[in-house]
Amino acid sequence: MATIEVDGRTYEVQDGSNLLAECLSLGLDLPYFCWHPAMGSVGACRQCAVIQYKDAEDTRGRLVMACITPVADNLRISLNADVARQFRADNIELLMINHPHDCPVCEEGGECHLQDMTLMTGHTSRRYRGRKRTHRNQYLGPFVNHEMNRCIACYRCVRFYNDYAGGADLEVLGIHNNVYFGRHEDGTLESEFSGNLVEVCPTGVFTDKPFSDRYTRKWDLQTAPSVCVHCSLGCNTTPGERYGELRRIVNRYHGDVNGYFLCDRGRFGYGFVNSDLRGRFPRIERQPVAVAGTAIEHFRTQIRSAKGIIGIGSPRASLEANFTLRELVGETNFFLGLDETEHDLLESILGILANGGIHTPTLRETEQADAVLILGEDVTHSAPRLALSLRQSVRNATFDLARQLKIPRWLDAAVRQLEGQVQSPLFIASVHATRLHDSAAETFHGSPEAIARLGFAIAHSLNPESPLPSGLDEAEEALAALIAGRLREAKRPLIVSGTSCASLAVVQAAYNIARALPAQNKGLLYALPEANSLGLTMIGGRRLKDAFARVQDGSADTMVILENDLYRRAPAPQIDAFLDAARHVAVIDHLENPTTAKAGLLLPAATFAESEGTLVNNEGRAQCYFPVYPAQEPILAGWEWLIRVMDNPRWHHFRDLTSACAAAIPALAGIERFPAEEHLPKIPRQPHRYSGRTAMHADVSVIEPPPPQDCETPFAFSMEGDTVHVPPALLPVVWAPGWNSNQAINKFQDEVAGPLRSGNPGIRLIQASGMLPWFDRIPPAFVPERGFWRIVRLPNIFAGEELSAHSAPVAERFPDACVFVNPEDAETLAVSNGDSVEIRYELELSSLRIPVRIDSTMPAGLLGITAGLPPFRHLPNGARVALIKAGPEAPAKTGENQ
Amino acid sequence: MATMDRPLTQNIRTGRAFATLEDYRKTGGYEGLKKTLADLKPKDVQQWVKDAGLRGRGGAGFSTGLKWSLVPIDQAPAQPRYLVINADEMEPGTFKDRLLLEKDPHQLLEGIVIAAYAIQAQTAYIFLRAEYRLAAERLTRAMQEARAAHYIGAHILDSDFSLEIHLHTSAGRYICGEESALLNALEGKRATPRPKPPFAVVSGLWGRPTVVNNVETLCNVPHILRHGADWYKGLGRGADAGTKLFGASGRVKKPGLWELPMGTPIREILEDHADGMKDGYRLRGFLPGGASTDFLLPEHLDVPMEFDTVAKAGSRMGTGTIIVLDDKTCPVQMVLNLERFFAQESCGWCTPCRDGLPWTVTLLQDIVEGRGRPEDLDTLSRLTRMLGPGNTFCALAPGAMEPLQSALKYFREDFERYIFQNRTLKEAV
Repeated sequence: MATIEVDGRTYEVQDGSNLLAECLSLGLDLPYFCWHPAMGSVGACRQCAVIQYKDAEDTRGRLVMACITPVADNLRISLNADVARQFRADNIELLMINHPHDCPVCEEGGECHLQDMTLMTGHTSRRYRGRKRTHRNQYLGPFVNHEMNRCIACYRCVRFYNDYAGGADLEVLGIHNNVYFGRHEDGTLESEFSGNLVEVCPTGVFTDKPFSDRYTRKWDLQTAPSVCVHCSLGCNTTPGERYGELRRIVNRYHGDVNGYFLCDRGRFGYGFVNSDLRGRFPRIERQPVAVAGTAIEHFRTQIRSAKGIIGIGSPRASLEANFTLRELVGETNFFLGLDETEHDLLESILGILANGGIHTPTLRETEQADAVLILGEDVTHSAPRLALSLRQSVRNATFDLARQLKIPRWLDAAVRQLEGQVQSPLFIASVHATRLHDSAAETFHGSPEAIARLGFAIAHSLNPESPLPSGLDEAEEALAALIAGRLREAKRPLIVSGTSCASLAVVQAAYNIARALPAQNKGLLYALPEANSLGLTMIGGRRLKDAFARVQDGSADTMVILENDLYRRAPAPQIDAFLDAARHVAVIDHLENPTTAKAGLLLPAATFAESEGTLVNNEGRAQCYFPVYPAQEPILAGWEWLIRVMDNPRWHHFRDLTSACAAAIPALAGIERFPAEEHLPKIPRQPHRYSGRTAMHADVSVIEPPPPQDCETPFAFSMEGDTVHVPPALLPVVWAPGWNSNQAINKFQDEVAGPLRSGNPGIRLIQASGMLPWFDRIPPAFVPERGFWRIVRLPNIFAGEELSAHSAPVAERFPDACVFVNPEDAETLAVSNGDSVEIRYELELSSLRIPVRIDSTMPAGLLGITAGLPPFRHLPNGARVALIKAGPEAPAKTGENQ
Repeated sequence: MATMDRPLTQNIRTGRAFATLEDYRKTGGYEGLKKTLADLKPKDVQQWVKDAGLRGRGGAGFSTGLKWSLVPIDQAPAQPRYLVINADEMEPGTFKDRLLLEKDPHQLLEGIVIAAYAIQAQTAYIFLRAEYRLAAERLTRAMQEARAAHYIGAHILDSDFSLEIHLHTSAGRYICGEESALLNALEGKRATPRPKPPFAVVSGLWGRPTVVNNVETLCNVPHILRHGADWYKGLGRGADAGTKLFGASGRVKKPGLWELPMGTPIREILEDHADGMKDGYRLRGFLPGGASTDFLLPEHLDVPMEFDTVAKAGSRMGTGTIIVLDDKTCPVQMVLNLERFFAQESCGWCTPCRDGLPWTVTLLQDIVEGRGRPEDLDTLSRLTRMLGPGNTFCALAPGAMEPLQSALKYFREDFERYIFQNRTLKEAV
């Protein structure tokens, strides 16, 4: 700690930090632009000028930029000295010379850091009389608008996009006051993290494009704390609603998970909530009914008359919804609704997390890793936000070098100068090249078997007790030894694996490696398929195939399917047979899908935006999301449908349900404290500037309806309530006086970029303990079979997730449908890039015609397909297919499935 | 003047395009290098140059020997170190390095090898101004000659010391003359200055210890090594050691460049060497060291050209090439011309420079075009303070403000005449 004096008051601050960060941590208002808590200081904008005095006697001092001034003991500074204030006002005046002052029509208005900082400095009138320079704007794809004339050249966009996120297609072009931040030509931003530009940009150059199509000022949005439902990482989000429509999602700071950034799937994937595919009314035998009560009565009758009932849960439904279903049907009749392999993988992973004795790091902790091995995942696509964190981990060696050279880690440009000399190792073993390959020290491409075998070899190299695969070639042995060597040296090694390879051996090899690592401070992280995959597995239940058997043998004739499209879980004929055999099929879900099409009773479920629930992320962190706006009658939350159908429900409220779930399932005992204690008066979801409340629906009726009541959560659908005593983890919106942008988060952290005051959201349910025996089921090497290929599903950030794929801007980013083949295989098939092949399933008679992309990193004998793309929905992982080159203009044949 | 008195230009003769290796050796060329490699340790070389009092000729005047001594040369394991030669001479009114590069390239090469030895650099880069094509040609030829004669390459003169020299021709930007922007440009990045600290001697080219020296600075080095520190110190007339290329441009009778002792009074340069003002013109003022230095007036003519004396007079010796303002040239338009250059050449990194310089241009343009307002002079004054040292990221904008702030001080009536008498550009000329 260091003692500093600021305008005559003394403070204790972090030694080694910079003055700007410390002033903000102290809650002082000091304007800034180029500095960003996650990206450090570069000293470009000159906005955070303060006066630094030599000693106690010095009365003049000199102007310094706080962001690049290291904190030292006995430092004496002034924020309020006239010279400093004047400089900051003059600097804003310069920044604003070319700014169009178009706030009334700018999407950033009302949450604009530039507006806030301008006001803070007191700059009000301009003296500049010349013309403003203007720029041509670019088309940047479906996610982000570009309005370069608003640019104040803080350089944050390129620093985030290139330096932080590893992008390559956003640059600063031109010089002097003609610097231009854009692509070298119009086109879609390639980065999977482009949406963060919207928040990183301090003004309205980069704005949220889908939001501008249905635009509302920040102060007119109704918001609530939420959790992203589009992958297993559990990033925190703030969705905003107006007129019963979800309008946008922005990042909600979580010090341990997502920090300041989201991926584009998480930010733009919400479109499904407003989708035309939403079921708005219950449907009984294909006939819509207007009120929930009718459907519930019907449901109840079905259940009463059932010979046997089964419930199928969901990895994308909340703990509460799954638990209520289990309670409704009984534990022995509750099925997880996962495909066989996934069921195995998740059970194995849960076992490892709970009993393997190895810590699962938070995303923040993964950034601290000094050696990383990714075994079998393309994290950019399967757990995107993790890729951003791992990109930071390779910088740790550079930070060490900087420390030796006495360069502070926050002095970003200076630290980045050292890049290229040293890098913390990142090793990637994956099916084919991934987006993180540019940061990798070594890469390996192979079949899931090859990846698992390499993993086992690494584990053996670290600890000879771990079994050794036989028949490794020299290159594999050398690579395993090299990777093991670097992992062994590391103080904070991290093994990342997951379910993408659909291989138990990969999951288990990752555990063996982690177990074999000598470091105390080691981590093992698995990327899982869906938002509540781990939570569902923790509740536990039977296998889907057993459910099939139950219907087959007639012991069950009624089924309740919760938020689960079974056609994603098993081949269609199997599901058809299953659903057709049941007497009653009740489906609770948000969107129409092949399963809802078969439902005798469809109960429209509220989405994450209109309901509350608890999800358990991949690290075992239970987090709660809250309704942003009430579900429109007769839509109900999944858990609510299920409670209301019960004859004598033991619980009526969400909180009681959460407690009951905690009491019934020991692994989930931690959620007892969830959600936050009853908060009275309630926390308003609408900002104090929320406008039009009495007029919003005046086109329908001039009578102002009473605000909907929320009996389930600490929040009110209202402007009234407590805004003062809200724990930061429960803030519906980030706002502080004078700080209207998301950067107001500084006001809710004790240290900038540190945990939220009163703690980051969520409760870790799993504490690493115990130790598992070495896994020893090492698969034999995969040998390509002449004339046949094996399907390997490659995850994709945009196409790969069920719900977000229904968001129009996300769908625009689907990759082209093609199959990836190895160059030698292409030669065998006599195809070149773009030629089509015909895929013939081994077991089914249908076939598929599709263009080929030759990928030199694709292992021989494997046929890569993009998971989730419509043509591939029915091609299961691991399927054995025959390929032939398609004729040049072959007309569609009968039976062909385009 | 005897050759010993003007070591830098001793090989530059009328009737000779440039000094070949043979020419250079005839006057003792590469003797300093031989002595260095045979007798001296790197630290000794540093000490010699420090003792000689050689100060950087790029404009800042930092002690060359001291700069070298800041390079960590004893670490184990040894890491790459670089010597970078700043030959990006783009300061308006400055053309001194050009002469040395074009006329006597071996002198520079010998200086480079000795300097590289002193800091134990294995690689040197000459960062050459884009437009200096002739210099590029002659340097390339000289490097071939020197390589053939084992003055550069592996095991120079059979010693343990090896050095590769690469010639890098700039793509052309004034900011590349700023040493850290130069390093970024050399790495293929945008030529944006770097934060300091860390200084280049700690983290320079590719993050390695690097010394950046000016061409003229290094040209002094062989002579110091050959003749000794005392001899070198004796060359100066005042506190600063050695000789320096001084120049004059503008309406003097004989614009040019002369090697003269440090401490030569400005009057001698302008009156004896440049032969005074052209007939019909009177001296109104001058920029003593290139475009980014403050104006001085005729009353300052007796100031000796030395780093500290010129600073005391209120300007900087800078590159030592004087730009003369005569009584028939409008100082406001001269400053406008300079500010246009600086505004154009701002790299766009920091706010005051990027947005402040174009504003000064707009204001000055308004003034000379008859649209000036009285308050504009206050705005200009405020901008000169706003863009002053420490407020901007590098020295470009403070340098740009030097001619403006001094013009506002010394030639205020010229500004006011435009504003209050509504004189336009045409009338002013």
